[in-house]
Amino acid sequence: MTLSFYVHIPYCIKRCGYCDFNTYTPSELQDGATLEIVSNDYIDAVLKELETTPTDEVPTIFFGGGTPSLLPAHDLGRVISTIKARNGLAPDCEITLEANPDSITAEKLAQYLEVGFNRISFGMQSAKPHVLAVLDRTHNPANVEKSVSLARAAGFKSISVDLIYGTPGESLADWQETVQAALALDIDHISAYALIIETGTKLAAQIKRGDLAMPDDDLMADMYLLVDQLCEANGMTWYEISNWSKPGHECSHNIAYMRHINWWGLGPGAHSHIDGKRFWNVKHPTAYKNKVFAGESPIAESENLTAEQKIDESILLGIRRRQGLLIELLLPHQLELLASYRENGFVELVAGRVVLTPTGRLIADQIVREITI
Amino acid sequence: MPAISLAKAPQPASTNPAQIRNFCIIAHIDHGKSTLADRMLGITEVVDARNMRAQYLDRMDIERERGITIKSQAVRLPWRSGIDGQEYILNMIDTPGHVDFTYEVSRSLAACEGAVLLVDCAQGIEAQTLANLYLAMENNLTIIPVLNKIDLPNAQPEKFAAELARLIGCQPEDCLRVSGKTGDGVAELLDQIVTQIPAPVGDPNAPARALIFDSVYDSYRGVITYVRVVDGHLSPREQIQMFSTGVRHEALEVGVISPEPVAGKGLGVGEVGYLITGVKDVRQSRVGDTITTYNNPTKSPLSGYKDPKPMVFSGLFPLDGADFPILRDALDKLQLNDAALVYEPESSAALGFGFRCGFLGLLHMEIVRERLEREHKLNLISTAPNVVYNVVMEDGKEIRVTNPSEFPDGKVTTVMEPIVKSTILAPSEYIGTIMELCQDRRGILLGMDYISEDRVEIRYELPLAEIVFDFFDQLKSRTKGYASLDYEEKGDAEGLLVKVDILLQGEAVDAFSAIVHRDKAYSYGVMMTGKLRELIPRQQFEVPIQAAIGTRIIARESIRAVRKDVLAKCYGGDITRKRKLLEKQKEGKKRMKMVGRVEVPQEAFVAALATDADIEKIKAARRASQ
Repeated sequence: MTLSFYVHIPYCIKRCGYCDFNTYTPSELQDGATLEIVSNDYIDAVLKELETTPTDEVPTIFFGGGTPSLLPAHDLGRVISTIKARNGLAPDCEITLEANPDSITAEKLAQYLEVGFNRISFGMQSAKPHVLAVLDRTHNPANVEKSVSLARAAGFKSISVDLIYGTPGESLADWQETVQAALALDIDHISAYALIIETGTKLAAQIKRGDLAMPDDDLMADMYLLVDQLCEANGMTWYEISNWSKPGHECSHNIAYMRHINWWGLGPGAHSHIDGKRFWNVKHPTAYKNKVFAGESPIAESENLTAEQKIDESILLGIRRRQGLLIELLLPHQLELLASYRENGFVELVAGRVVLTPTGRLIADQIVREITI
Repeated sequence: MPAISLAKAPQPASTNPAQIRNFCIIAHIDHGKSTLADRMLGITEVVDARNMRAQYLDRMDIERERGITIKSQAVRLPWRSGIDGQEYILNMIDTPGHVDFTYEVSRSLAACEGAVLLVDCAQGIEAQTLANLYLAMENNLTIIPVLNKIDLPNAQPEKFAAELARLIGCQPEDCLRVSGKTGDGVAELLDQIVTQIPAPVGDPNAPARALIFDSVYDSYRGVITYVRVVDGHLSPREQIQMFSTGVRHEALEVGVISPEPVAGKGLGVGEVGYLITGVKDVRQSRVGDTITTYNNPTKSPLSGYKDPKPMVFSGLFPLDGADFPILRDALDKLQLNDAALVYEPESSAALGFGFRCGFLGLLHMEIVRERLEREHKLNLISTAPNVVYNVVMEDGKEIRVTNPSEFPDGKVTTVMEPIVKSTILAPSEYIGTIMELCQDRRGILLGMDYISEDRVEIRYELPLAEIVFDFFDQLKSRTKGYASLDYEEKGDAEGLLVKVDILLQGEAVDAFSAIVHRDKAYSYGVMMTGKLRELIPRQQFEVPIQAAIGTRIIARESIRAVRKDVLAKCYGGDITRKRKLLEKQKEGKKRMKMVGRVEVPQEAFVAALATDADIEKIKAARRASQ
């Protein structure tokens, strides 16, 4: 068995209006410390949790957040080097950094490469300032292009951008410009996510008050079909519902989530999957640190998957991938239920597998319900 | 105090009719009838202060909470007149206050020689009170006009005394003034009852004739039948006979209520009391029937007996299909105490298994539903109420339709619908809006009279179907709650009526079919298709929703096919969340109803039928279950 790692960095300079992730601004943590002190202390906690993990060889490490690029490269490097020392890294180990285009410099990029990163993913979200404003993002769109060039020049093998569609006020034309701007960059991978209005966010409050309109599902469907079409036309192929890449640049870490292999999430609120058991850590960074430093397990809850749950997961995750679902995984009546979706062009049978078409990917959850319920 | 202790008072079965006064109180909800009755119980000392509680005579919680009396009762009150110093027995017969129970009211009135017309002197007389007053006058009852709540700061006794005087043809100063709350004027009222109301007259030696004016099921004692003896005598252990059915029972117990049941030696001419025969179902002891004795039966029954006839029908369905047996048992139980309630099983594609129920009217329907929900912990949804139609086919065949689904498909010549004569009392400033409403509901103006300077009585002939569909709510909201309504049956009339079906992908959804006037078919169709479009989730394919009269489509909406149903983001932490959502949806799937290929959550059907009050109830139930 191998063991992939996710390392959660729960800090941001500022919380974006749509974000419900487990992240905090240093001031929200109210411990009065500078980011440097927080960072050092936090990485110590992560390393302490790391001591409790299995020691299998590591094929991928993903630093997400939050804003991992806020932390000094040498702090992140401590995690990589420790994993390398105790587990060993696979020869082609993919090590990804999520980065905010605003906090990137050539110098920092060189440092990240130096400590072991080889893949970088920039939060671009949109090329349109009015869309970024609604999302409450701080970055200047021009910084994305600059950051991507700097990353390529520094020597990153694989570069990705994240995009968001369906922001209130974003038109199909806005979205087209964004996708075209992304495709014009020297990148290898695109993730495009439909905006989800999470309860409790500033954006949700604005919509509830009527200041902003709820994104329209039909428009979002058109946006999805558009990004798919533009990516495919530009040599980027879909490999997961929301991810497209040039050949060989699929994010291996992302694929790991879709498979029943082992991965461990380090940090507050991070989820893990080890041998059919899922568990996750306490959410708040302070609670997490306290537990870890007191020598206690930071795990908040865990669940052992039943056989039925495992099958459900294999279907709901497997169908999201380009390789699709092995027909053998489905029972005859489930295949029968898929017949009308096949007739209506939502799924295809390709080499013994059930694969979603673009319109089928848009209703993947409905199809999963149809065959699992 | 002119009260007499029960032991010393004239005893049942040996009271001289000349000492008896039988009266009822005619009043609108809220006008203080129950409070006045409480005060009478107190002042005659049949209930001591220690045991007194508000609305003493109203048995059911639901009555006490809603301030209405559903079931009448009779209380024997001994009283020494402050005028002549003689002993009397006053029998107070409590009457229901609502239009749905007009028949029961008429039987209560028939048991009395006089009526206290009780009017809140801050509000004036209401339409239902007026209707009951007319009923009392037709029965030749002596009317004692009484203004209640004279202690209220906004009381206008002069104004309403003039109104009452005009209505019953007396002088304004003849109106007594009381306060049920403080007890002011109550002793004087009792004295006036003695003075003004005639004593009952009957032949003690004739075959027994007693009028059943109420019949109540008690889970310990079986049916308790309330009677007024007209002629002869009823004794315990005697074989009695119901005139309408000829069925014989033994009178296990005969007694009076004072105000708890007291078994006695029997009841003589003019007396009011109860009897218990051990029957378990009020339908065997029907209001209006005449009781006689088996050994010496009367040949001429008391007049006015009628079978209760349901006027309004609605489907009642449990929200949780598993509750169907509970609903069946609950209805069976309720029927023991409610001879007017009829029901039969009904199955609906949209709502599952339930019952088609017939009611006397809207209030009766509401009360039944509320009792089912409260006493049996059921969550129910009801289909829109409808009336009974007589459909005449081209071949002359007649079909009685109590459910839109029974409306025939073939060639219909005429459709007859029940018509009522309605009376609306309201401040005159609302005449315009009331007439507009009645006109819109196919009303025909019969007349209008001022009952005081600023209050009018408006009379309209209206199809009952128009009244059962939110008419009363509309009337109240248009008149800021000041208007009151009463109606009485006036036979059937031909209506230009059609059945509108609502089709989901070509299949009719039974619960939404409605019989409506031809001119309103289109707006019903547009309203219903629009509502369902909002409520039914988008499907894999486009789903047309149509409203149709026969094969003719009159309105159309469509639910567009779902295009996006996917959570784009699926990081490690999202997997558990996604799977749990799926597991929850598996549960939800069980509550899905299939209409052809269309999958509809039951909630959508429920919401489409629900009134605002229902929606609140459903929400509250959901909150409680979370």
